[in-house]
Amino acid sequence: MTSPPTVSEAAIAEAFAKIPALLEQNLGLIRRGRFLECDCLLGPMDRAFHVSVRAGRIVDLTPAPVLMGSWRFAYRATPQAWSQYWQPVPRPGWHDLLSLTKRGEAVLEGDLHPFMANLQYFKDVLALPRALARVAA
Amino acid sequence: MSSQIEPIIGRYVHVEIGGEMHRIYFEENGSGIPLVCLHTAGADNRQWRYLLADEEFANNFRIIAFDMPFHGKSNPPANWDGEEYQLTTARYTETIRAFCAALNLDKPVVMGCSIGGRIVLNLAIDHSSEFRALIGLEAADFQAPWYDTAWLNRPDVHGGEVCAALVSGLIAPQSPKASREETLWAYKQGGPGVFKGDLYFYRVDGDLRGRVARIDTKVCPLYLLTGEYDFSCTPEDTTRTAASIPGARVTIMEQLGHFPMSENPSQFRTYIAPVLGEILETSTQSRKQGVHA
Repeated sequence: MTSPPTVSEAAIAEAFAKIPALLEQNLGLIRRGRFLECDCLLGPMDRAFHVSVRAGRIVDLTPAPVLMGSWRFAYRATPQAWSQYWQPVPRPGWHDLLSLTKRGEAVLEGDLHPFMANLQYFKDVLALPRALARVAA
Repeated sequence: MSSQIEPIIGRYVHVEIGGEMHRIYFEENGSGIPLVCLHTAGADNRQWRYLLADEEFANNFRIIAFDMPFHGKSNPPANWDGEEYQLTTARYTETIRAFCAALNLDKPVVMGCSIGGRIVLNLAIDHSSEFRALIGLEAADFQAPWYDTAWLNRPDVHGGEVCAALVSGLIAPQSPKASREETLWAYKQGGPGVFKGDLYFYRVDGDLRGRVARIDTKVCPLYLLTGEYDFSCTPEDTTRTAASIPGARVTIMEQLGHFPMSENPSQFRTYIAPVLGEILETSTQSRKQGVHA
């Protein structure tokens, strides 16, 4: 299998910043997360975002570091992982949040309860950039 | 508007397993070579409804799919006291053999997926002379775990939602939305702790590493087919397993994941049709030669 192309962290961060607006266009997904109240850390390994979810909506997304910012769980992945996950038809092994952790391209840490109790919500929210044009280098 | 009645028929058979009677639900269609289909962990026989309704296959095969005890319409046995359900290699093997015996099946083909694929390997190791051919979908002697099964059954997480959300990633992105959702629906409907209990066999009790080399495919042909998007039982897991089984036939299926027969039935058909065709041809030739294949 060939290695995926390298992508810039800036391109990943730019796509990540668009997730709250993409989520606002998906009322079904907001409804799915309507019981979720959580502060978490999501994004690239070295440039993650502090994300605040209230009633299924992302009300704040701030690039780390945030002074004394706390989070319940973190899901962080390599830039290649995000780029591959966001392809319209992802390649085998790059197509799911947990396939990425299994292959060592992503790390899941902290109190996993909110993540597991809302697993499909997080899979779908973090897949929203698939609707954007290909995230390129 | 015209109505349609499918040819699939569902019935119950009473089977003794582990010294206790079980009322097992099964569906069938067709006539000819018995073909017994095993569903994945935490699901039920509805996964096989497209294969069951396949007119061409039904012309030559008696296609049968049953619900394991605790799954689908096969209730827990009457004497169940609520203790934690836990599937073992021995119990799973006994269940399949008891079901086949109860229906008086003559050297059936057994095709299983996921845990069904794993137990097919055990049938090949210990009971190959009882079967005409064995087909393992998403099958390997072992695969690395990728989540903690404790999440599957606890009061503060919705069991149906978390089971479905976990396995949703095992479905290929190309699979049609309707069949994707139908595949996940079975996981949302499973009894509490049943998926977790099935995975006891998969994760703890059913490690077949070091045993599969005993499989003799001259006694019973073995076909292994795995979807390229299955990151639970990966194509590498299947090919590694097959490498120690002389004569095992491996196919890696494109644009399919862990649930080929239900997540994309038409795509799966392109891969399983040649296998069933080969089994039919071999069986026909053997009958002409007066040999029981």
